[in-house]
Amino acid sequence: MQTQTLDGGFTQPALQAATAFRSVMEAMARPGTIRTITGAAPPAPASPAAGAVLLTLCDTETPLYLAGACDTSDIRTWIAFHTGAPLVGPSACQFALGSWADLMPLSDYPIGTSEYPDRSATLIVEMPDLNQSGATLTGPGIKDTAMLSLPDAAAFQANGAQYPLGLDFIFTCADRLAALPRSTEVC
Amino acid sequence: MTDYNFAYLDEQTKRMIRRAILKGLAVPGYQVPFASREMPMPYGWGTGGVQVSAAVMTTDDQFKVIDQGADDTTNAVSIRSFFERTAGVATTTQTAEATVIQTRHRIPEQDLTEDQILVYQVPIPEPLRFLEPRESETRKMHSLEEYGLMHVKLYEDISRHGHIATSYAYPVKVEGRYVMDPSPIPKFDNPKLSDCPAIQLFGAGREQRIYALPPYTQVVSLDFEDHPFVASKADHPCGLCGVEDSYLDEVIIDDAGGRMFVCSDTDYCTARQADGFKGKDAA
Ligand SMILES: [Zn+2]
Repeated sequence: MQTQTLDGGFTQPALQAATAFRSVMEAMARPGTIRTITGAAPPAPASPAAGAVLLTLCDTETPLYLAGACDTSDIRTWIAFHTGAPLVGPSACQFALGSWADLMPLSDYPIGTSEYPDRSATLIVEMPDLNQSGATLTGPGIKDTAMLSLPDAAAFQANGAQYPLGLDFIFTCADRLAALPRSTEVC
Repeated sequence: MTDYNFAYLDEQTKRMIRRAILKGLAVPGYQVPFASREMPMPYGWGTGGVQVSAAVMTTDDQFKVIDQGADDTTNAVSIRSFFERTAGVATTTQTAEATVIQTRHRIPEQDLTEDQILVYQVPIPEPLRFLEPRESETRKMHSLEEYGLMHVKLYEDISRHGHIATSYAYPVKVEGRYVMDPSPIPKFDNPKLSDCPAIQLFGAGREQRIYALPPYTQVVSLDFEDHPFVASKADHPCGLCGVEDSYLDEVIIDDAGGRMFVCSDTDYCTARQADGFKGKDAA
């Protein structure tokens, strides 16, 4: 059991993290695009994509909130071993992982301050499905418009209304991801 | 290529820089603080840009470095060889082939694409610094969108010179929100910042700031209704390739003080000459 929990990290950490980061960065820079991201195999129910995002961005300096079904002892052990990220509640986190329902309410997370809007949480949202349909997106990173299957348009509109404060989102599903920064207008 | 310390920086440092880049992309034009590391080169050599390049680079990249438009200066050559050595990355001087381009003081003449990342070396990231030396105050000014003084400064130029004299590091406003320093590019390059298909990342090493422009971000050069922004350049064609609309350097060509105007973007100029274009000073 123990070895199984500790498997599933990057086998070539520096090279795989570099490639994985490019997927995350391209997704954040171009809201609505969907990228593949591989190399991680975290314990269920966490997806390979979410695992790779955690391995790429999290460490002892990034408090992490595990929401609902993602808060299992296997996932806790895996995160402790591979990232060392301290586990905290939503109000103190820099990253959060969970399903959309489990991550609610959004008002619990730090949205940054007017002088330091970067001090805001990034939510990794596990999705049952991820495709380029549904909500229409406009804003930085998008040539004309883009579409993305968001779990709830109104919540992202409210988040965007706080700009330049607000939360940023990474959506993960199997080995794919998309992102939605606070700067994106959703309708 | 060994996995250990790929691209010189340790993994924890790269994660910290990568997190800053993502927040920078989420709030275009806002300066994200980061803990800049000592690099094996002096600050004037673009350590901020080097750290950003190290954090985004993969082994699949084609890396290009330009220094004031040229690929062959000491600075450009040593940054290129630094990444050949520490990341095993392929390098190129051709803009069209490059996937990551680190630049000091220019944007390439050739249009960038969605497959490219442009990394700027930034000496002074704070556009309000010359108005207000205190970081605590400039942060407040950005948070309150207090940009009136910036306009006053530009207008003083107009009353003194009859036009806005600022010709490098000309301030821009990003998506109607943050005023940003585009680094000391000539204002001729400012229009290329806006609506650009490539990701643009800015790294200031000594000042420990990272900021970003996602693709297709709206970037407007500050101006006035009665004195609109003009992306000016020397009013000559290139002496070597004859092009009329590229940014030019004036160079001395002989002991008698003879001068000619040539493209500052050497790759662009060389490619045009190879295609048979000839300026009046071409051999
Ligand atoms: Zn030329």
